[in-house]
Parts: sequence; C-alpha cells; structure tokens
Amino acid sequence: MIKATIKPLEEIRSMLAPFRRVLTVGCGGCVSLCLAGGMKEARELNIKLRALQEQGSESVFDDITVERQCEQQFLAALDARVEKYDALISLACGAGVQFLAERFPAKPVFPGVNTQFVGITRDIGWYEERCKTCGDCVLGLTAGICPVTMCSKSLFNGPCGGPQDGHCEVDPDTSCAWIAIYERLQRQGRLDSIAHVMPARQWQGQIPGRILHPRYRDRYVQEDT
Amino acid sequence: MKSGSRLERILKSGRFALTGELGPPRGADADAVRVKARHLCGMVDAVNITDNQTAVVRMSSLGACLIAMREGLEPVYQMVCRDRNRIAMQSDILGAAALGVRNILCLSGDHQCFGDHPNCKKVFDLDSMQLISMVKAMRDEARFQGGAEITAPPRMFIGAAANPFAEPHAFRVMRLAKKIAAGADVVQTQCVYNMERFRAWMAQARDMGLTEKAYILAGVTPLKSLGMARYMQKNVPGMDVPDELIKRLQGVEKKDQAKEGITICCEQIQQLREMKGLAGIHLMAIEWEHRVPEIVQKAGLLPRPEPEPEQP
Repeated sequence: MIKATIKPLEEIRSMLAPFRRVLTVGCGGCVSLCLAGGMKEARELNIKLRALQEQGSESVFDDITVERQCEQQFLAALDARVEKYDALISLACGAGVQFLAERFPAKPVFPGVNTQFVGITRDIGWYEERCKTCGDCVLGLTAGICPVTMCSKSLFNGPCGGPQDGHCEVDPDTSCAWIAIYERLQRQGRLDSIAHVMPARQWQGQIPGRILHPRYRDRYVQEDT
Repeated sequence: MKSGSRLERILKSGRFALTGELGPPRGADADAVRVKARHLCGMVDAVNITDNQTAVVRMSSLGACLIAMREGLEPVYQMVCRDRNRIAMQSDILGAAALGVRNILCLSGDHQCFGDHPNCKKVFDLDSMQLISMVKAMRDEARFQGGAEITAPPRMFIGAAANPFAEPHAFRVMRLAKKIAAGADVVQTQCVYNMERFRAWMAQARDMGLTEKAYILAGVTPLKSLGMARYMQKNVPGMDVPDELIKRLQGVEKKDQAKEGITICCEQIQQLREMKGLAGIHLMAIEWEHRVPEIVQKAGLLPRPEPEPEQP
C-alpha cells in the first residue's frame, strides 16, 4: 500500500498563509492506515494550525475526510462543501491531491503529506518500502525480493562488489538485496535462475498519465456523450 | 583483433600486462592530467581514466582520455552506469571510438551517496553486466541496444571489474563467469591484499575455464601509510586487508611507511606473477602516480613490451 508522511507544519502553514478559510480533506485510504492523512490526522493538523494563529485572526480551519480521494464517487460528496473555502489542503497521496485539484479547478489545492512509497506495514508505525511500480515484475526470478527497489543501484545482475557483513555499502542498516536473493534461491535450489545475464530492461511507463484498460475509458466516455 | 588496442595486442601475445590508473582533476585543468600522464608514460601498457570515481564530480573520463592520449598513453575509458542512460552511453562510446579510444571498462559506479551530490537522481538504466553486453553487441553485431544497425561499429576492447573478496564468496566466480559470458575480454580485480583468498578465487576461475576465455588482471594498490591501510580495511566496501599487513606497517617508523608500502606492493606483484592463469597487473596508485615509475622498476616490470602492430 502507499505510505506517506505528514509535511512539516511550517511548510503547510506557509503554503496556506494567503488564505483565510481552509478546508483540510483527509483520505480514508492508504494514508489513513499509515497514520499520515486520515480523519484523525486532519483534525490534529487543524488543531495545530489554529494554535499557531496570531491573536485576533479570523482564519477558519475545517476538516472533512472522504473514503478515498482517488475515486470520483467519494469526491462527489465534497461538491456542496468546498464553495465557501478559499483553499483546500489534501492529506491524500499525490494521486488523491491531483484528483481533488482536478475536480475543483477554481480552488487552490495544497498537499499536506509527502507520498513516500509502496510498502508494507511491519507493525503499527513501522513501514518499509517494497515496490517501485516499475510495471514489469521480475520477482519470480529473484526469489520474491525486488532488485529494482531493494538494491541501492537497482542492479539486475548483482550483488556488486560492495556488501559488508551482508549489508549494503550505502548504509549499514540496509541489508544487501542481492545477498538475500542469492541465499533464498540457494535454499530453494533455484540458483540457476540468476546464473545467466539478465538482459537490459525495457522500462515501462515512460509516457506520463498512463491509463490501464483504455477500452473501459472509451466505453464510459461513449456512455456520457 | 577485436579492437587492435595496445593492451589487447600485449595480452594476445601472451606477455604479462601492466595497466595503471589516472584520476582526472576537479577542474578544467589539462596540465593536471598531463603531469600525471607523464609519470605513467612508458611505465604501463594502458591507463584507466576513472569516471567520476566515488561519485565526486571530476573532469570527464573521455576528456582526460584524450589529453592522456596526446601525452602518448593508451587510455582505458572508464564508464559507469550511475550517470547516463543507454542513449548517452552509446553516443559517448561512438564518440570515444571515433577519437581513437580502443579500451573501455564497464562499471556500475559508486553510489551517489558517497559523493558530493548525494541527492542527485541516479540513473542505472543498465547495470555493468548489461553495459558489457551492449558494448559487445555494438562492436560484434554492429547493433545498437535498441536493435538498429550501426554504420561504423566501435572497436573496443571490453573490460570489466570483479571483486574476489566480496560476499557471498561462493557466488563471486559465478559472477565473473556471467561477466565473461556477457562479453568481457579483460577483467580487473579489486585490490588484492589477501593473497590466499585471491589464490583460491583464481583456482576456481581456472577450474571453470574462465582464464582461457578472458584475461584476468590482479588489482594492486600500494599502501602509502598505516593510516591508509587502516582506512582501506575499515571503510572501503568490499576490501579485504589482512591484519598482518597492518602489523607490518605498524612495525616501521611513520617516515618509512611509504617505502615499506612499496616493498609490500612489489612482493605482492612477485607473488601474483607466479600465479597460473593471471594475465597481468592493474596498478592503482591512488593519487600516487608519481611513485609508479619506482614501483614498476622495483617490481622488475620494465621495460614494457612493444607489441606487434596490428596487421591490416
């Protein structure tokens, strides 16, 4: 799932400085599960913003949280609400922020979180990156350990000459993905899977704003017209 | 002949090769390259010109290759995968070949976090293995990575690096085999300090027939001081400096440590020369180019052979 972290309060405050009436829009999807942008975080943010207000300021910080900001039907619930605000702050991932901004093109929309990665929840508050969404998964060859994400140089034919005591040379807290790949494949008796040179990657997703299943889009567009 | 380079001709003739290394300066200072090049002229058969090593910005390898060539050195154009995608790499390879460069060394490159621009965007469109394959296909099949035909293919002697001392030890010869299968003609190793481990790795390489398929050059770096030896042991990833070497340098006075380092280096070269299947030495005198003549002389590697010119 997508993991995010809340932006520094000072950065949010400076983005909002010119606006008096602000609506903070939380998202009940991924960002709420990683405790960055759900209902609780939206309320907390507004409490902090109010506390930082100058004496006598008439700024308004309201909040609302929708099920998911990456889906049209949930954003529709905001249509009647946003009119009275000067600016919106979205606590969704980058996709949600953009979808919200697209729906209300007359309103300035600001991001409240930094979208970090696609990752896993090891435990509450402990999230780890696992996927770069490269669009051409090789996990079957690499024992379920992603070389694109987990190797610091995204090598397809590792390990490089740098690991020390099983750790990546860039950081002693990071284990070497390719040693892990090697060891797991060895355990499974599948070392032949990395015995040959993995050829140059044909990187996918080089064109912006890609669409999955464009025939669905065509059908919906037709229905609307 | 794959490239006709001096290095290829020497190796092919069966003579023990010696290559050096030259790090370009952190500025547009051609004289800095010339001064280093003059120390190496006539002392080594070819010289690696490093490509922004340790991810610190320096004069480009290609620029310094050209300056070195004008000083009479044969350059090995070092190319890392960190900073360029396959379009830029292929274009630079064509440019280098057109300018007369005949050797290339294909490396992944040090991660940018070690350098002076740690927050730059890394590229790694290809890894070193894939870069080797690409150069081979350009040379032997006159084909770009994307499949299109090359009008005049670049003649390059393809180099690769190997670290016999890194983990997992059992995989290291397998990875060497992969690099050779990808197209490496010559392989330089990480600095050899642990002779026993290197000997075991070479034996494995011989057993797999790899020394028949590619030329292996043992990496050697003279230790300038006890401090350098300690630094290499503790801080340089993938480096195996045995405690005996540290103790040996501890045993001499500070002012004599450089001399002792050179003596150690010459002893290492002697041991390596006797190793079956080893084709030569790659001498990396890091920021010590001016001491190379002395080392090469003491190690008995002079005069350097003059290989037969390539038959047209």
